[in-house]
Amino acid sequence: MSMRNRRKKRDLSVTVAGVTFPNPIIAASGTYGFGEDYNELYPINILGGISCKGLTLEPREGNPPPRIAETPSGMLNSVGLQNPGIDVFLQKHLPFMNEACKAPIGKNRPDTVVIANFAGATLDDYVKTAERLDKSDISMLELNISCPNVKEGGAAWGVSTESAARVTKSVRAVTKKPLMVKLTPNVSDVCEIARAVESEGADAVSLINTLLGMRIDIRTHRPILRNNVGGLSGASVFPVALRMVWQVANAVKIDVVGMGGVMTSDDAVEMMLAGAKAVQIGTVIISDPYSPLKIIGGIEHYMNTHNIKDLGSEIVGKVRQW
Amino acid sequence: MYKCGAYPVIEKTAISAGIYSYEILCPDVVELVRPGQFVHIKIDGFTLRRPISISEIDRRNDSLKIVFEIRGSGTAKLTGINVGDNIDMIAPLGNGFTLPDEIADDRRVILVGGGIGIPPLLAIAKEMRESSTAILGFRSYDKIILEGDFKRVDSHVITCTDDGSVGFRGQVTTPLVEELDKGDVDMVYSCGPEPMLKAVITECVKRDIRCEVSLEERMGCGVGACVVCACKTLTGMKRVCKDGPVFDGREVVL
Repeated sequence: MSMRNRRKKRDLSVTVAGVTFPNPIIAASGTYGFGEDYNELYPINILGGISCKGLTLEPREGNPPPRIAETPSGMLNSVGLQNPGIDVFLQKHLPFMNEACKAPIGKNRPDTVVIANFAGATLDDYVKTAERLDKSDISMLELNISCPNVKEGGAAWGVSTESAARVTKSVRAVTKKPLMVKLTPNVSDVCEIARAVESEGADAVSLINTLLGMRIDIRTHRPILRNNVGGLSGASVFPVALRMVWQVANAVKIDVVGMGGVMTSDDAVEMMLAGAKAVQIGTVIISDPYSPLKIIGGIEHYMNTHNIKDLGSEIVGKVRQW
Repeated sequence: MYKCGAYPVIEKTAISAGIYSYEILCPDVVELVRPGQFVHIKIDGFTLRRPISISEIDRRNDSLKIVFEIRGSGTAKLTGINVGDNIDMIAPLGNGFTLPDEIADDRRVILVGGGIGIPPLLAIAKEMRESSTAILGFRSYDKIILEGDFKRVDSHVITCTDDGSVGFRGQVTTPLVEELDKGDVDMVYSCGPEPMLKAVITECVKRDIRCEVSLEERMGCGVGACVVCACKTLTGMKRVCKDGPVFDGREVVL
C-alpha cells in the first residue's frame, strides 16, 4: 500500500456552543437512555456526545402503552417523557455517564459530551430543573420545548415565539452553562422560533424533534398508539429535517445541531453541509445499536476520501446552494 | 450482557398455519441465555426490530429455537429467511424466568400457556422435565403447537381447546385450579393473553403460590434505553424489555 492511499486517523472534533466534541455524532435524547444499556455492548465514549432521556423536575410515568408503531421508513413514539426525575438523574445516572464518557486512557481527545435534555409543564418546572443542572457538573443543557407527547408543557412552549422566548430567558437567567434549545418542526415558521430563542440568550439550537403523526389499525379501528398520536422519526423525516436545519442555519448566528432521520454517514454529512455543526441520531440506534460506530467511521472515511482536515471549516454550512 | 450480530438459521419449520420455528446457531448467545429471554430481530426494510421469545435452548448444539406467528408485514417478511440465511438479532434480552435451584421429588411447577404465548414455557419444561405440568390452551385443534415438544421433554401435558376439539373443553383456569388444589405446586409460570394471565395470577395469589408471568408489548430498542415498552407494577413503571418480560405475578398491574 502506498503512503498516499494509507488511511489516516482524522480529527473529527467539532465545537458547539463553545464545547468541543470528539466527533459530531450525538445520541439524541430519548433513544439512548442514560447510556447504561448500550455500554453493555460497546464503550459509549465512542460517541461525540449523549443527550440524556428528557428530564423533568418530578419523576414521570409517561403515557400508557402501546407507545410505538412502525411507519413506512420510520416510526412513531408516544413515550411522554417517562423519566426518574432530575434528582435521581443527578444522584444515580450522571455519575455513571461522566465516568463512561471519559476519553479512553492515552487517547488525546476530548471526553464524550454529556448533555442534559430537560422539559417541564410550567415555567417554574423549567427554572427549578435548570437550577439543579447548573449546580451539577453537566457539560451542556438541552432545553426541550418540543416534546409532542405530553399534554401540558413540552411542545406547547415551542410553538409560539413569545413562549419560546419566555422559557429561554427564564432558564438563561439561572444558568451560565452552554444552553441549546431543541425545537419542534410542528410550526409554520421554525426560523422565527429559532430567532426568538437566540435573542434570549440560547447558545445553540437543535432540530428537529419529531413530527406529529398517527397510525390506525384497520381491523380494530383503534389508533395503534394508546395516545392516539405520536412523534414521527426515522428515514422518512430526513428531507424535512434537512430543509429546516438549512433554513435555521441561515436564519441565526448561533450554532445549529441537526437531527431527524439521519440513518447513514452520508446523511450526517448532508446535515453538516446544510449548516449543522453536529448531528444527533436516534431512530437508527433503535434499529441498529452499532449505527453510531458505522456513522462515525463513515464520516472519517468521507474525510479521508475528500481530504477533509476540519469538519467545522470545510463542511459545516458549505452547501453550494443555487 | 447481550450480543448483536448475524447468526445462521440451521432449521426452519412451519409448525402450524402461519406459525414458524427457526433454529439459530449462536454459540456466544447460548453461553448467556436463560429460559424466558427473547431475541430482537431486524427485518430488512423495517425500522423496528421484532421481539420473539426463545422456545428452546440447545447447549450441546450451541443453538436456540424461536417460534413466531405472522402478525403483519414484518413477521411475514421474516418467513422469507431460509436455512443458511443469517438472522440479524440482538440477544439474549430480558430477565428470564426464575427457576428453582432444586425441587423435591414430590413437588412440581406448573406452566400455563395460551396460544402463541406457549413457546417460552417450553424452555422451562426442558429444564424441569417430569417435575413440570404444562397446561396449554388453544382456540381449536388446528391451532395446537409444541404439544409434542412438551411431551418429548417429559412434561405432563394437559391440553385445552376453546371448542373442545381436543382435550379439555374450555379455558386453562379450570384444570389449573384442579392442579393447584392437589397441594404439591411450588411455582407457576405463565405466558399468553392478558385475561388469562390475570386469572392465573388471581388463582395463585389466592393460594399463596409464587407465580411469574411473561408479558408482551410493542418494543423499540429492546435493551432498555428508549423506555417505549412500559408496564405498570406496584413499584412503579418498568421496562418490559429489560426489567421484564418476566414479572412477579404479585408485582405487575395488568
